[in-house]
Parts: sequence; structure tokens; C-alpha cells
Amino acid sequence: MEPVCAIELRNITKRFGDVVANDRINLCLQRGEILSLLGENGSGKTTLMNMLSGIYYPDEGEILVGGKPVSITSPREAFHYGIGMIHQHYKLVDVFTAAENIVLGLDEGGKLDMKATNARVREICEKYGFDIDPSQKVYDMSVSQKQTVEIIKVLYRGADILILDEPTAVLTPQETDKLFSVMQNMRNDGKAIVIITHKLHEVMAISDKVAVLRKGQYIGTVNTSETNPQALTEMMVGHSVTLNIDCPHYDNPQPRLTVSGLSCFDDEGIKRLDDVSFTAMGGEILGIAGISGSGQRELLECIAGLHPISSGSIMYTPEGTAPANLVGKTPMQIRKAGVAMAFVPEDRLGMGLVGSMGMTGNMMLRSWRKGKGIFVNRKDPNELAMQIWKDLEVVTPSTDFPVRRMSGGNVQKVLVGREIASSPSVLMTAYAVRGLDINTSYTIYNLLTQQKMQGVAVVYVGEDLDVLLELCDRILVLCGGKVSGIVDAASSSKEELGLLMTHIGGKEAK
Amino acid sequence: MEQKKHEPLIRLSKRENMATWQIWAIRIGSIFLALFLGGFVIGATGVNPIKAYSTIISGSLGRATAIRQTVKIAVPLLGCALAIAPCFKMRFWNIGAEGQITAGAIAATYFALFWAGRMPGPVLLVTMAVAGALAGGIWGLIPAFFKARWNTNETLFTLMMNYIVIGIVRWLQGGPWEGQKGTQIIPQFAPDACLPRVFGIHCGWIIVLVMVVLMHLYMTYSKQGYEIAVIGDSLNTARYAGMNVGRVMMRTMFLSGAISGMVGFILVSGANGTLNDGVAGGVGFTAITVAWLSQLNAFAMIAISALLAILQKGAQTLQTTLAVPTSISDIITGILLFCMLGCEFFINFRLIFRGHKAKKAAPETSADSNDSPVKEAAENE
Repeated sequence: MEPVCAIELRNITKRFGDVVANDRINLCLQRGEILSLLGENGSGKTTLMNMLSGIYYPDEGEILVGGKPVSITSPREAFHYGIGMIHQHYKLVDVFTAAENIVLGLDEGGKLDMKATNARVREICEKYGFDIDPSQKVYDMSVSQKQTVEIIKVLYRGADILILDEPTAVLTPQETDKLFSVMQNMRNDGKAIVIITHKLHEVMAISDKVAVLRKGQYIGTVNTSETNPQALTEMMVGHSVTLNIDCPHYDNPQPRLTVSGLSCFDDEGIKRLDDVSFTAMGGEILGIAGISGSGQRELLECIAGLHPISSGSIMYTPEGTAPANLVGKTPMQIRKAGVAMAFVPEDRLGMGLVGSMGMTGNMMLRSWRKGKGIFVNRKDPNELAMQIWKDLEVVTPSTDFPVRRMSGGNVQKVLVGREIASSPSVLMTAYAVRGLDINTSYTIYNLLTQQKMQGVAVVYVGEDLDVLLELCDRILVLCGGKVSGIVDAASSSKEELGLLMTHIGGKEAK
Repeated sequence: MEQKKHEPLIRLSKRENMATWQIWAIRIGSIFLALFLGGFVIGATGVNPIKAYSTIISGSLGRATAIRQTVKIAVPLLGCALAIAPCFKMRFWNIGAEGQITAGAIAATYFALFWAGRMPGPVLLVTMAVAGALAGGIWGLIPAFFKARWNTNETLFTLMMNYIVIGIVRWLQGGPWEGQKGTQIIPQFAPDACLPRVFGIHCGWIIVLVMVVLMHLYMTYSKQGYEIAVIGDSLNTARYAGMNVGRVMMRTMFLSGAISGMVGFILVSGANGTLNDGVAGGVGFTAITVAWLSQLNAFAMIAISALLAILQKGAQTLQTTLAVPTSISDIITGILLFCMLGCEFFINFRLIFRGHKAKKAAPETSADSNDSPVKEAAENE
């Protein structure tokens, strides 16, 4: 007989208006087990987990904890049943210490005994192998330390069912390894863990079982040891896909953008870029790697003319013309010259898209000033929108449907599609596949490679080192605003990049 | 420990794709709900609500003169709501329309007082209108300039500008422009400086109706209207698309102020025939209500400003015939605002009661469940 599930879902259904986000999902998770929840964007993973953690309430079906049906109406109640969720975006108070954040919101009554708290936090750390100082302030912490605080916060509340929503998206390879060893310790301690991730090699590395969702439907659960990435992808997508990124060679790359000695400061006077120099070639994808906040955004904004530059030059050489310095030009002039930028920020909309407008309105963002007279031309943008809708298989009811209400992947297709449509000679993308599922990501990689083969200089700021290595010709690594190294993608490794990301020149340690 | 399974009493669910007719049915329903609730307030004063409402209707629309009076109230409301619309679309909170109206009124009055008889009538009126628009525009431009340059708070700034300009009118009334010494009154304009009448009402109503069409075209189809919409949605995106946000802000506020200034000209030249410190009389604030209730839609503003004008005019009749205080119209306007803004909640969400698989919305119940709408709205995958 099967042991009782730590948590079991029976026929869970959740609708948002006419959209069925989860359609009769069944799931069983046992103690001492790590389950990967896999699915494309919009397949309903987060919705499902939000019902476990009390953020949503299911329309139909039931949730059983330890074999008993329960009703989870708030995150507090979820804790009561021992369910804790670590969200993608951390919810910590910056000026508090780790321990203060951990006890925040606990309703224990009596006087707060920080000493006892610190001791208990240390105890948890030791038990599972976390590496954190309870009295360190959150603003002094790296992303991975903040994540650790979030996990301890959940454990401190006695959770024995943990849900991690894309925990590795923001971590370096070394940090990911650390997280995985902690997760294994927790599993061995008898905790039940659900991890949501898009990275198949992580699924293979960490989980015991994999549950696959597709478009809100439950496809099935398989044992990790009996499957492989190819089979999982097919379950997820519903048809077979090739999992290789093409990196064809472009014959005669020419210097297109030469940045030398570029430095800049932010509003608070902190140096964000320090003497950055590199050359981006036409017919080449130049990857930019680095821990988030190492100056990637500033670099792109400086080139696009959106950020003031304190020193340095940016020489731009379009095909068959003399080099011109972009420093001092307006964003409009730079874009007209052929430098396009698609920056996907964390909220996906903040830069580059107008949430309340449809695809057509967003296409107009690039062309609204064209043409004579005081009225805008809606015809051409609408044709462009129709074309992107068709070519990139954007899921939307119409080209006037507000992009804010489209799913993340589709929003990004609109953004990247529009930038490519302006036929740039330098195409800069940042986090173009942020949070996208495999299928859509590959669509975007292909688009970028196509651009490269047309002689465009592509600059690709990315997070996933595996992808950077496969997709790019060369990779520039930023570390604290400085160029830590520029490596040849074909002859480099994840470990080398990881070192360069944390140490200038990658010299220290080993 | 036995855990009982229980469902929350009421929970919220986000609604998508409601039919347009349903949305409007809810909105119109909310107006009737407001009138119904207003009935209780009227009832509390000891008057039969049905009789009171029929008095309001007959008092505002019953006779030709009453209709004229009502239109006279609606015209500046409509004009001013049109002025505010582009600012609000841009999320620039201009609550200084009151002052911009007054600034326009001062400039128009200058020409009415000192240039009447020295130029042909029509030329004089056009000069007054242009001067009013310019003065109102500049009055609106000042806070926008500071916002664009130093990111000052436009809400406070525009509000304070109101008091300054009203102070100027008081000084003019008692000083340089005073008619008979000691009266504190600016003399009536010469007939040349008064707007001609069409159907017994000063022709300001034609001007604002033309402006409705122009504003609709401007907001929906013009390049500048597009810029305003983008800036209102996301400053970063606008910057990123190469828009000069500060310039658009100043331009839009100039336009807004200019339209308010025109309203000021219509008020002194058409409605009052003179200038006093109460020339705007709260129009600049009530117009905010009109603009919001009509969801910044220029054509809807006609209906909303008419509705508020009917209430206001009708309440005056109510006071004279049934001795109900005129402030009843303010109370009903308030309830109206509450109901119409509240109904948007039911357009975006629906409530689900315990035990119901139902898809029914129940518009009259308050939502005190654990779920907050924000949580459901935060769904983005």
C-alpha cells in the first residue's frame, strides 16, 4: 500500500474569468521527496502553488494534508498546516537583520527574545547547512543570502512542506549547488519539497519526481530516474522539439560598436560602470554575464542614450560608413541610427511597453512620430502587429487586447518582435527570456541567431550561463561595474564564468 | 484534533471580458442606486422623495427658461472637464482648473473693460478669447515647468496657484478696476464684449460642444494624444521611446490651462457680464468629478455634466418650493460619485458565496472576505 501523501490535490480547478488556469489537477507529494513542477509559461504552476499557500482559493476540488481534507483560506492558515512558500520576489525588510525578518509577523505574544531567536536560527542553519549570520542586515546581503533568509523564515515557522518558486533564476552556478545541497539535507530530514523551475538539467539533478502541467491540464507524474530532458520537454510542449541552440558561424564579422573607457554614476553618485571597454561585432552575439545589478542595465542604457555618461566613448560604425560617437546624442537619434534595445525588466512591462494598450498601440511606440500632420498613422503599426501576432504565435484575442493582460511569454514576444522589426544594426536585449518556458525561449534564441546571420551585432544580457555558452560567440563578464573578462564561448565553461562573475579576472580562490 | 473543512463566506474572483452592454448596464444601474439612496436623505428632511425628484426634473427641465439656466450651469462644467481630461490621462493631477479659469477671466476682462469700443465687436470677442486662453495656459504652464524641472508636487502647486489668482481678482475688484468707489464691484461689460445669444443662451454652449469633438479627436487620434497616453501609463516607457516627458507635460498643461482660460472667458463674457472673485465658483473642482465619472471620455462628459447641472438647478427649485436646502444636490452628487466609482469594482470582480458554484454577481453587498482584490489582480502568469 502507498504511504499517505504529505499533501494531496484532488481535481483542483481554478478559473480566472473565462480562463481555466487549473483544470482538475491531481498531485501527491510524500515526505522525504522533492517534486519538480514543470510546465510552460501560463500552464498554471504558480496558480496551483498559490492555492496551496492560501493566496487563492480553488473553485473546485479538495486539498488533503496528511490524508485529511483541509480548507486553506490564507497564508497564515497554510502555515498552520505546515505549508510554506518561497516566492520569486523576496518579501524582506531591508533595514532589519536576518533574525528580525524571520520572526516578523509571528504572533507569539510576550516579549521578543532576540537571543533565543538567534539561537534557534543558528540551530536551523546548522541542521541543514545554511550559511548565514542571524544578525546581518538584509541590505548587506547578496541575492542568495536573502533567499536563504526566506527559506529559514519558512522553516522557523515549522513548515514541513516547502514550495520554492523558481529559486535558481537569480543564482550563480555555485550558489545553485549550495541551494541544492541544502534541499537534499531537508529531504533527508523528511520534508516534502516542491520546486518550480524551467531549467531541465536542474530538474534532473535535484528532484525525485516530476509533475508536468500543460495549459492548465495535468499531464502526469514521472520518476526522475526513469526519464530524460527530451521526454520531459515533449510532455510539456505536447510535441517533439530539438533542444539544441544553433550557433552558426558568420563569415566576416566587422566591428560595429566600440566602447572604450566607459564610466557612469547613478543618481546617488555611486559608480555603476568603471572603465568598460569592448567591441561588439556585426554578425556576432556578444553575451553579457554577471550577477544581477553588476552594471548590465546601466551599460545598455548608456549605449541607448538613456543614462548620462561621465567619461568614455561609444563609437558606432554602421555598414559602409565612417565611425561616429554616440555619446551626447539623444535616445531618438541613437535609435534612428540603428541601435535598438529590448530590455525586459522584472515586471516585464515597465520599460518598453505600454500595459494598457494593445499590440498595435505598442508598435506605435516606435513609429508614432513618423508621417506628416498631427494625427498618428495606425495602419502600418497595425499591419506590423498582425505580422508579429502571426509569425511569433502570440496568444492574444486581438491586436487591441491590452498587453498587461497577456501572459509573460507573449508580452516578451511582442517586445522583442518589435525591436527586431525595426531592422536594427545593433540589437541589444536584456533578459529576453526572463521567466519564459523552453519552447518560447528557443523561438527567441532563433530570432536572435537569425539577426546575427544577417550581420546584426547582437548584445545579449542573460542570466542562464548554459544558454549564454551555447548561444553566444563571445561572453563579456561584468563584476561590480568592471569588465572582469571577455571569453570565447566555445572554449569557456560555466565554472570559469561563475568565477569571473564574483572575482575580477577570476583569479582568486579555487 | 479534527479539522473541519469550511469555505470562506464570500470570495472574489476576477472577471474578464464582460460585454460592453453589461458594463454600461451596471454603470447606469449605479446612477439609479445613487438616486434611490439619495431618496432616503431627502426623506429625512420630511419631504416625499418622489415629489422631490419630480420637482428637480420640472425645476431644471420643465420650462424653456429653466432649461436655459441648466445649460448655463452645464457649459463651464463640461468645458472644464474637457480641460482636465488630458492632464488626468497623463496622471498629472491638475486640481488648479479653478485658478486657470480665473486667470483666463482676468485677461478677458481686461480687454472687455479697456478695449471695448476701440475695435469692432467680433474682433474684441476673439481678442478676449485668445487673451483668456493664453492667460489660463500660462497659469497652467507654471506648475508644469516646475514639475518638469525640479519634480515638484503638481497637486499642491496647482492648488496653491488657485488662491494666488483669486487674491489678484480681489485686489482688482477693490482697486484699479473698481467701478464706483467703495462698491468693490467691477462694472458690467459693454454689450460689445458680451457673447451673442443663440436660442436664448450665450453661445458658449456651441464653443464647448465643438471642443468636445476636438478633444475626442485629439486624445484618440493625434500624435500628442498618444504621447499623453504613454506617459500616463509608464514614464519609463515614454522616456525609452524617446519622448521628452518634461516638454509633453508643459505642453499638455498649457493646453489644459488654455481650455480652462476659455471657460473663464465664457463665464465673464457670456454668463456673468462682469468679473468677480467667485467667477469660477467651484467649477474647477466639480469638473474633476465630471471627468472621473465619464472615465475621461469626452462624449460621456456631456451626459455627466448635464446630470450634475440638472441636480444643481433642480435643487434651487426644491429650496424655493419645498424648502429643502440646496445642499441636497451636493449630497446626491457625493452619493453618485461613490456609487459610480464603487460599481467599477463589480465590473472588475465578482463575488462568490459559500456553497455556490454560481457565476452570479451580487452588486449590493460589501466585500468583507479575507481575500483582497489586489491578490487576485496580482495574478500575472
